[in-house]
Amino acid sequence: MRFTAENAAVAEDVIARYPVARSALIPLLHLAQEQDGHVTEEAMEHIAELLGITPAEVLGTASFYEMFKLEPVGDYVVNVCTNISCMLRGGEELLHHLEQRLGIRAGDTTPDGRFTLEDVECIAACTEAPCLQVNYRYFHRVTADQADELVDDLRAGRLDNDIPRHGILSRVRQQLPDTRAGVAPPDRNVEPPWLARNTEGTTGGATS
Amino acid sequence: MTDVDATTDGGSRELPRIVSSRWDLADGYTLDRYRETGGYRALAKAVTEMTPAQVADQVKGASLLGRGGAGFPAGVKWGFCPPGVFPRYIVVNGDESEPGTYKDRLLMERDPHQLIEGVLIACYAIGASQAFLYVRGEMALAQERLAGALNDAYAAGLVGDHILGTDFSVDIVLHWGAGAYIVGEETALLESLEGNRGMPRLKPPYFPAAKGLYMQPTVVNNVETLSNLPWIVENGGAAFGDLGAESSKGTRLFAVSGHVRNPGVFEVEFGVTTFRDIIFGERYADGIRDGNELKAFIPGGASAAWFFEEHLDLPLEAGAVGAAGSMLGSGAIVVMDETTDVVKAAWRIVRFFAHESCGKCTPCREGTAWLEKVLRRMLDGYGRPADVNKLLDICDNISPSIAWPPKQTTICPLGPSAVAPIASAILRFRDEFAAYCGGAAEVTVPVNGKAYLSTPPTVSAGATP
Amino acid sequence: MTATAADTVGITVDGQPIEAMKGELVIAAAERNGIYIPRFCYHSRMKPVGMCRMCIVEIDTGRGPALQPSCMIECTDGMTVSTGSPVTRKAQEGVLEFLLVNHPLDCPVCDKGGECPLQDQTMAYGPGESRFVEEKRHFEKPIPVSDLVLLDRERCILCDRCTRFAKDVAGDPLIHFMDRGSQTEVNTFPEHPFASYFSGNTVQICPVGALTSTPYRFKARPWDLEQVESTCTSCSVGCRVVVQSSRNRLVRYQGVDNDAVNWGWLCDKGRFDFEAVNSEDRLGEPLVRDAALSLKPATWSEALSRTAEAVKEGLDRSGPEGFAVIGGARLTNEECYAWVKLAKGVIGSDHVDAQLGDGLPAEVVLGLPRATIDDACRPGGTVVVMGPDLKEELPVLYLRLRHAVRESGVKVVELASVATSLTDQLAAVSLRYRPGCALPVVRALVGRHDVDDEVGGVAPEALRAAQQVLGDGPVTVVLGRGNLAESARSIGAAAAAIHHSLADVRFLSGLRRANVHGALELGMAPGLLPGRVTLDGGREWFADRWPTLPKARGLDAAGILRAAADGKIDTLVLLGSDPLADFLDRDLARRGLAGARTVVALDQFLTESVKQADVVLPVAGYGEVEGTTTNLEGRVSTLARTVTAPGTAQADWIVAAELADRLGGDLGVGSVADLAAEIEAVAPVFSGLTAEALRSPVGREGVVVGMPSRRSGNGAEESEVAKAAPDEPTVDEAATRGQTAPAVADEAVVAAESNQGTTPELEPTGVLPPTSGVPLPVWTVIDPPSVDAYSLRLVVTRKLYDRGTLVRSSPSLADLAEPAILHLHPQDFDRLGVAAGADVRITSTKGNVTVPTVPDPGVPRSVAHLHANRAGGRANVLIDGNSPVTDVRVERP
Ligand SMILES: Cc1cc2nc3c(=O)[nH]c(=O)nc-3n(C[C@H](O)[C@H](O)[C@H](O)COP(=O)(O)O)c2cc1C
Ligand code: SF4
Ligand code: FES
Repeated sequence: MRFTAENAAVAEDVIARYPVARSALIPLLHLAQEQDGHVTEEAMEHIAELLGITPAEVLGTASFYEMFKLEPVGDYVVNVCTNISCMLRGGEELLHHLEQRLGIRAGDTTPDGRFTLEDVECIAACTEAPCLQVNYRYFHRVTADQADELVDDLRAGRLDNDIPRHGILSRVRQQLPDTRAGVAPPDRNVEPPWLARNTEGTTGGATS
Repeated sequence: MTDVDATTDGGSRELPRIVSSRWDLADGYTLDRYRETGGYRALAKAVTEMTPAQVADQVKGASLLGRGGAGFPAGVKWGFCPPGVFPRYIVVNGDESEPGTYKDRLLMERDPHQLIEGVLIACYAIGASQAFLYVRGEMALAQERLAGALNDAYAAGLVGDHILGTDFSVDIVLHWGAGAYIVGEETALLESLEGNRGMPRLKPPYFPAAKGLYMQPTVVNNVETLSNLPWIVENGGAAFGDLGAESSKGTRLFAVSGHVRNPGVFEVEFGVTTFRDIIFGERYADGIRDGNELKAFIPGGASAAWFFEEHLDLPLEAGAVGAAGSMLGSGAIVVMDETTDVVKAAWRIVRFFAHESCGKCTPCREGTAWLEKVLRRMLDGYGRPADVNKLLDICDNISPSIAWPPKQTTICPLGPSAVAPIASAILRFRDEFAAYCGGAAEVTVPVNGKAYLSTPPTVSAGATP
Repeated sequence: MTATAADTVGITVDGQPIEAMKGELVIAAAERNGIYIPRFCYHSRMKPVGMCRMCIVEIDTGRGPALQPSCMIECTDGMTVSTGSPVTRKAQEGVLEFLLVNHPLDCPVCDKGGECPLQDQTMAYGPGESRFVEEKRHFEKPIPVSDLVLLDRERCILCDRCTRFAKDVAGDPLIHFMDRGSQTEVNTFPEHPFASYFSGNTVQICPVGALTSTPYRFKARPWDLEQVESTCTSCSVGCRVVVQSSRNRLVRYQGVDNDAVNWGWLCDKGRFDFEAVNSEDRLGEPLVRDAALSLKPATWSEALSRTAEAVKEGLDRSGPEGFAVIGGARLTNEECYAWVKLAKGVIGSDHVDAQLGDGLPAEVVLGLPRATIDDACRPGGTVVVMGPDLKEELPVLYLRLRHAVRESGVKVVELASVATSLTDQLAAVSLRYRPGCALPVVRALVGRHDVDDEVGGVAPEALRAAQQVLGDGPVTVVLGRGNLAESARSIGAAAAAIHHSLADVRFLSGLRRANVHGALELGMAPGLLPGRVTLDGGREWFADRWPTLPKARGLDAAGILRAAADGKIDTLVLLGSDPLADFLDRDLARRGLAGARTVVALDQFLTESVKQADVVLPVAGYGEVEGTTTNLEGRVSTLARTVTAPGTAQADWIVAAELADRLGGDLGVGSVADLAAEIEAVAPVFSGLTAEALRSPVGREGVVVGMPSRRSGNGAEESEVAKAAPDEPTVDEAATRGQTAPAVADEAVVAAESNQGTTPELEPTGVLPPTSGVPLPVWTVIDPPSVDAYSLRLVVTRKLYDRGTLVRSSPSLADLAEPAILHLHPQDFDRLGVAAGADVRITSTKGNVTVPTVPDPGVPRSVAHLHANRAGGRANVLIDGNSPVTDVRVERP
């Protein structure tokens, strides 16, 4: 889908944070995924328009990154780490257990569209192996029983407050207030004022 | 199995905790708690009492080594920005994805203001007009905590225009990735931040300090590196230098994972503690699980050459580890006990590199994928006697002469990183490879990395037993 | 330019000391000195990316040898390079093996087989056998990425050449890397094909057979091909090409890397319109209108006799003024000369015009100081584009200018009444002027006064910004017809105003048709004789050399058609021209063709106009005649003959010679070589331009004739012709003698008819050849009326793909020409009460057409924008050639 009016406003705000608009590409792809659960072709076309690039360039970037789902995925994307630290402590077994439990292979989505299961690379919780994420929220040192319980809780909606549906990452948006310093465009070669202190030998104080 | 109970405490209360001091506080991530515990004092000190050059001198004096993997001194790196060229940018590398590495996420989730303060200090020192905080895409909580912290800091006049009422103004823009390990490499990080596929740039000519973000001078520093700055400014570079060893100063975070009794992230004095201390010490990882024997350990993340029993007494110090043929990398120690199938372990690490290759360089793109397929075939029971030698020859084509530090036919070190686990495992545990290859495993390809040839090897390079 | 010590560094490659340019890449320096380093991704016309790693060699800069990609490393003093060391060789073999592990090795069925760098380098540097026993990567076999290009992703080695070309060179990033690592592939976005005018270049630069073109696919194998170097004549840029044929049929053109012009690139129209030469629709035998008024096949003898009789009768009836020629821009220089000599020198009529009212007066093209493409693209300069949308009409000039803007800091000021492909991407300032107001806008632009008010629809801020840019560096003006519905006169006057006000300004012609510049240089316009001399100025010189000469200045195409309509033309010759399609006033063209007593058409196709002829003479086409052609710079380069014409089709010059013969005259030439020699001898600006000169190393890239010598620092002057023919001192003399600055009159002083020249200042003597130099005409420019509230002002521009004969006769291109559609500003729809997409009727004083509409923010309000020569609605039905502008009504049909 194209961005809703509200999200289009967010998009404008995000673009304005960067000295070069194209830098907003990945944030806007996240915004699209937040809106639709995955990144749709219409969204990519809309992003291309907003940034003045071609849809092929948008897709070139989007398809490079693991997290951008170009096809629909489940409400819950369950990522089980099987990289070295987790492999050493049962990550693969945990993944297989969830495959059995959900009745799908890693990479697939349950027919009811609730779960997508993925075999993923290290998610930076190595000392807490085996670990997994649901929509990028961590669960550490997960046993098979705990995995079952997790699936039940998710199905029953008991974790709705903790785990938003797929696509939503940070539930807190950075706000850049009026007291922002403003972007620093690459083609404007001006020395920041405070560096003058080096030559003047002055320090600090309220100089403004 | 909840979200917030990482085992972080090695029990070393008496050691200075420079970066992890607030990890035990449930609300350590809030602005109030941060200020109550001394937060933003260093920033105030820097911008009201010190010139930018004085701040940079303190950091230089502290010999703060980069914590992102390459271990380059931060103060020296800052000095590479060409004079008179502006704007300069700071980009925070919070993409933590090297297998075995777990520390930056904790720093971002539990003490976001410390990082923000560090970024501000760095911006002040080098004259950066805008900073970008690049957080790994998969770290939703870190993103939320940093977004909240930045919003509060802006509201408190700590970030933005005329910080603390001075002429120092800078924005910090929170940005996050979307799942690609290679984006941790600094030039790929910049490509990604420019909205492109995260493919590394060739250095030279694209050293970020000279031609970085938008081809402007850019300092890329790791989260942990920058998190040290408030302490250094407040206590002085000299105090930092009093801790640790000659070439590795201060403290450092190490994540010990794998087959240990007490896996955890420990802040230890840099360069003094040994691998034996941290793997076997009661205050730390507390030894191998189930009373098993140590088989091998990775001293610095998946890209590092493996160490063995005979390396245990080496200090956690960059120079000593380098001399022994591996690296401390990103502070990731992964311990493998006697039950480990090293062929499988090597395969799993190689699979990672094959999966994460950006695809730019032929040897990395095709070579890592080929290595992975050969190892997978061996594990599936279809190994051939020539496979082991072939693996090494493919390695040699990716990283000529299989040396340490690795040489490369590629743009960045990712491709050559896949060589370390294979060379380590084959040279030390050739019989296990032979077992997967019909009982035989001839090796004629010469291997040169010191850790690969460390005693007692079961084979020596170029020889058949 | 010779290198000085400061520009060079000394390096050693394989023990051999080499002088490299500062900043030069190792791979290029080595190649310049005969050491070839293998490569796939490196391409000398694009920025290196260092992806394929094939070019890695050991480089030592003092810290010991290290493997480095030679395509990314710049030479530094004292550097040592080893391209064949064991370490280098092992690494290169390794890279090749890696490239082959996922390659399908389907060489026997691959178009590239036999000319494939991957195949060749595997032979030269590769491992003996494959050790890869795993499953290869699979992709769906070739997928169309556009109508012209197919992509086989299994063969792709991800060198980034095509994608880099698309983004950096063409500016059409519609193909892109997708996915990551070993899954990486090149592809398009769904439903957004690689619709670039330059897509064929990607096929040419693909180092494997991953990209193939539909027109060439499976047509031939490299070892069957015959090839010759030639020049593309699909437009006037004059790109150098290699023409490849197989069994007497053209099968492929490849761009040649010519420094001065095309750098190896071609546009797709130029690359693929060879299909037209092979077309089944080509005329192979003469046709003569019989008693029943239908065209019937005839022998050459019958057809020529019929023509000669008609001409003779006409001469008897009305003298030489009854004979007229329209067209000639499709001919070679030699053929142009033959026809000019026939018309002006044998028959004695000056009613000759190579243009169809859609160009510029010959005096403007020949009389202003000219620039080369390199002049325009010189770093730091400014280019004023007051002419066509370069991407649509002169595509490779667009590529050169795009490069100059992006890489050399060249700034573009654009004067155009609607947005063009320069507007968003390249122009520093775009002056969107009201049609008809070019002169006042230009006056404000080059005037030295401050601009405070709107001029001709352009805001003062924009004018001031443009003034600023003009102050930055040397100025080149690309001059042509941006809007065919705006009179040539107003463009000519604007050009004169620029010439008058800016010292050192030079002009690059933006006329599009193949050899129109050669035709004008050779006198195919009223009032001119070959060699850039006026009829009067050259009278004495040519009187000694030609049987006769016209008494007075003749008519241009519009005048000829008007005279024909009035029954005053006995024989009208169409030299490869189609006035019904191309002349700006279709109604006049129709009446002219009907009114001429006899119409003789020399053509390759039975076009709409040719169908009106009484005698149709089939002529040879591209690749079927040898000779030379002249591009928009005035650069003369060779055309090769490689296939034979269909049926009994003859070269145009032979027809001229035969006719002369039948008229009892003698053209005095028996071959193309004779013609070339005669041109060299009689046409001043061509003096010295011998066949040898064109074969010399410099001349091979083309020689610019009549170029005022570059004013170098020390005042030494060297003409291009002299450079190409250094052994002939007389040449230099003759060539430079032939060049004086044209006399320029203030443009608005005297009221005079268009195209009325004044006499050159230097009188020719009997001994010396005439001084070349064509004075600018003087015009009265009538201010355009203001648009009334119910009307819109018409803007007509061209698209690359239209209903032109070449495109229509090339099956691969024909479908790319879109039907006519009216572009209107989005806010004009409501005012006019029409709906987007719906059909509207456009009415002018001349006629009306009915076409659909589309909203287009690139069109200013109160402007109606149509494209010329498109199916479903011809713009030349509407254009009023007598008025400076054309206003139209747009309403529901
Ligand atoms: C393949 C690869 C992956 C990397 N990943 C990371 C990473 O996830 N985080 C990080 O801080 N540095 C990473 N680095 C190191 C960065 O390139 C860079 O050296 C570092 O961010 C600089 O910061 P520092 O000097 O503060 O350590 C990686 C390097 C390579 C070659
Ligand atoms: S070594 Fe691998 S990851 Fe690094 S740039 Fe080359 S292809 Fe990309
Ligand atoms: S030609 Fe140099 S890396 Fe490809």
